[in-house]
Amino acid sequence: MPKIIVEIMPKADLLDPQGKAVLNALHRQGYGKIQNVRIGKRIEIHLTAEPTAEDMEGAREIAESFLSNGVIEDVVNIHVEA
Amino acid sequence: MKIGVVTFPGTLDDRDAARAVRIAGAEVVPLWHADANLHKVDAVVLPGGFSYGDYLRCGAIAAQAPVTQAIVKAADGGLPVLGICNGFQVLVESHLLPGGLIRNENQHFICRDQRLRVENVDTAWTNQFELNQEIIIPLKNGEGGYIADAETLKRLEGDGLVAFRYLDVNPNGSMNDIAGLRNERGNVVGLMPHPEHAVEAGFGPDKAGTMRSGIDGLKFFESVLKAVVNA
Repeated sequence: MPKIIVEIMPKADLLDPQGKAVLNALHRQGYGKIQNVRIGKRIEIHLTAEPTAEDMEGAREIAESFLSNGVIEDVVNIHVEA
Repeated sequence: MKIGVVTFPGTLDDRDAARAVRIAGAEVVPLWHADANLHKVDAVVLPGGFSYGDYLRCGAIAAQAPVTQAIVKAADGGLPVLGICNGFQVLVESHLLPGGLIRNENQHFICRDQRLRVENVDTAWTNQFELNQEIIIPLKNGEGGYIADAETLKRLEGDGLVAFRYLDVNPNGSMNDIAGLRNERGNVVGLMPHPEHAVEAGFGPDKAGTMRSGIDGLKFFESVLKAVVNA
């Protein structure tokens, strides 16, 4: 089943508390070389048929207007997976 | 006078909000998330809680609910709308107020009686306060850090759209200590702290010398009564 994958990240200059908590935990486990961790979202949109250019445009619209909030997040990638 | 109190799946403070409305002297009309009919209410309260389990983002799914779409339309026409906590998040996600709310800077859920300064009294929900009046109402949230881009912040400050500011401590890392906002028209107000939990002596925040006697939140609801009567 073809899928449109939308990837969303918190804006680079904003605090990412989840990433910060995971970074601290990794440092406690001894992974001192890790400099930073940031956590975003991967959303899969499942389709019944191969997406058309129009579908991709629709996915971009959904991603920017509803799946993400432009004030706090960026849509970093939209692509198709088989 | 009829004031609608909205219930989404996951709303928690609708009963307290309804009680506050009744104590202020208005009739409560329960509004259900799936029903776009506002039943001719004179004002609407979007209460706190965790609508739709805070899925996607706090308030994001509630912003798409039929009742919210109807409220957005009515708010554009001047209907007074108060968003409390999750309700504030819904207002931001529906673009009735600008900016966004993110997880508290210190990553903890916060529950405390919070001192605020009322920074704007030209709204449907704050007209019974004195300008710069200091009030105490409960604050309880995990994602209350207010953020906006530099341009929006400048506009909020320049146009007097900051309605409430945190005093003593900034509990969640909100930019410019912003606790609540109003829209240009003054009919829409949103804030993270909870006025509906401070409306009845015996159940409110502690005051100097008297326990649990704080009722500063009542003025929000008295304000809207006044605003509707004068409209």
